[in-house]
Amino acid sequence: MEQYALIMRHEDGKKVASPEQIQIWMQQTMDWIGSISAQNKFVSGTGLPFDNARVITASDKGKIVTNGPFGDIKETIGGIIVIKAASVEEAVEFAKGSPVLQGEGNSIEVRKIAKDDGTH
Amino acid sequence: MKQNELIPHLFRTEFSKICSVLTRLLGIEHCNTAEDIASETFLSALETWTYKGVPENPVAWLYTVAKNKARNHFTRTLVFSDKIIPLLSGNSSTTFELDLSEKNITDSQLQMLFAICHPSIPKEAQIALALRILCGFGIEEIANAFLTNKETINKRLYRAKEKLKTEKVKIEFPSESEINTSLDTVLTTLYLLFNEGYYSESNDSIIREDLCQEAMRLTLLLIENQTTDLPSVNALYSLMCFHTSRFPARINNADEIILYHEQNESLWNYELISQGAYYLNRASYGDQISRYHLEASIAYWHTQKKDTNEKWENILQLYNRLLQIEYTPIIALNRIYAFSKVKSNAKAIEEAEKLQLTENHFYYILLGELYKKENKEKAKACLDKALKLAKTKSDKLSIKRLLDSLK
Repeated sequence: MEQYALIMRHEDGKKVASPEQIQIWMQQTMDWIGSISAQNKFVSGTGLPFDNARVITASDKGKIVTNGPFGDIKETIGGIIVIKAASVEEAVEFAKGSPVLQGEGNSIEVRKIAKDDGTH
Repeated sequence: MKQNELIPHLFRTEFSKICSVLTRLLGIEHCNTAEDIASETFLSALETWTYKGVPENPVAWLYTVAKNKARNHFTRTLVFSDKIIPLLSGNSSTTFELDLSEKNITDSQLQMLFAICHPSIPKEAQIALALRILCGFGIEEIANAFLTNKETINKRLYRAKEKLKTEKVKIEFPSESEINTSLDTVLTTLYLLFNEGYYSESNDSIIREDLCQEAMRLTLLLIENQTTDLPSVNALYSLMCFHTSRFPARINNADEIILYHEQNESLWNYELISQGAYYLNRASYGDQISRYHLEASIAYWHTQKKDTNEKWENILQLYNRLLQIEYTPIIALNRIYAFSKVKSNAKAIEEAEKLQLTENHFYYILLGELYKKENKEKAKACLDKALKLAKTKSDKLSIKRLLDSLK
């Protein structure tokens, strides 16, 4: 069994949702994670709020710190969860169930977690 | 209380107290001596009281006898010179008095609880030790509760005590830095002790209730102690209150388990329910949510018999979070049940099929339940599979009942 990170990207993180909408998303996200956990395939996860976010950029003037979310970059990362899956295909199936994908333009990146044995 | 009930009752409560105080005084390696002295005390009681009647204050009588027996034992053995003389610092053996004050008893029991729940001891053995030393259960009663024989329990206790000796486990209160990790193991043991009673296959319903009550008593000891009065402990106690509130409604006259949705809620104990709410409230501070918080909250919602959307939505979300902390097939199946209540049976079937717990009879019972309305054929097939996988009598019986209800 491998571990995969599912990295959730939002097309536009600046969009403000209503509290009711946020509530619905929260429930859907919890149901989605609950479903993965119920198969004993959940490892860890966290939301990544935009409040107090910073971006550090290297430039010829040195390291520049700016406030997020992230100026010209269109996509922002909203959260990340790590799951167990037998194959990348299974991980993709889990990702497809995420409510993040209800928003057009949003995406989920599936990345295998490097093993801690030096082989990758 | 009649005399033939009084002695076993006193034995339970006082044996454990005398035993803890003595073991703490002598060190864990002399745990057997402590048990012997406590046993001899009760033997004297049995002999004397049968002929002369029960004394006015039986507890005081027992303590006096225990103190005498302890003193006699110490003067006779080397233990005395090794262990007691330094403690007494100059006092002579004749003035030695075993401290059976309430405070010393409580302290000793708490410290014993931490000693017994040492990580080097297997969980099963921790529970057996707790039952023996902290709850004063007889070997036969423990064997009964675990559905095994006396020899197995004796071996288990022997090995555990040897381990405590070789690991040189000290009977002391954990330091502040260790308290959280130590407390985790203690809570797990108390939780398992409680479950042993609540879900036990043993037919002896009195023993089952005793196990639960003892688990609650020990948990309450932790709450009454300032340093261990922590949110997770309160949450565990709350969970126990909610569960035991249903005890009278859970079992019918034939000693069979009655399922939740068939229970007569007028038999629920509302005093325990409000206690559960009180301790859940006390558990609600700090920034850590333990599995006990989540399980107590789920149990709270189950004390609301009315099927509201709010109830099942809350239960589903609690299961979602619980599974992230702790996965077990049963929690996963319970989540599906809540899921079916919030969404629909059809969606829950889809969700259940992802689990593929094909060795688990509860998995097929749940599927049978979910198919019941729309597809009786499929429901029957699932329940047939469940019946094949079920091992215990009571499980088979309840599956047969479900099959009958399909007809």
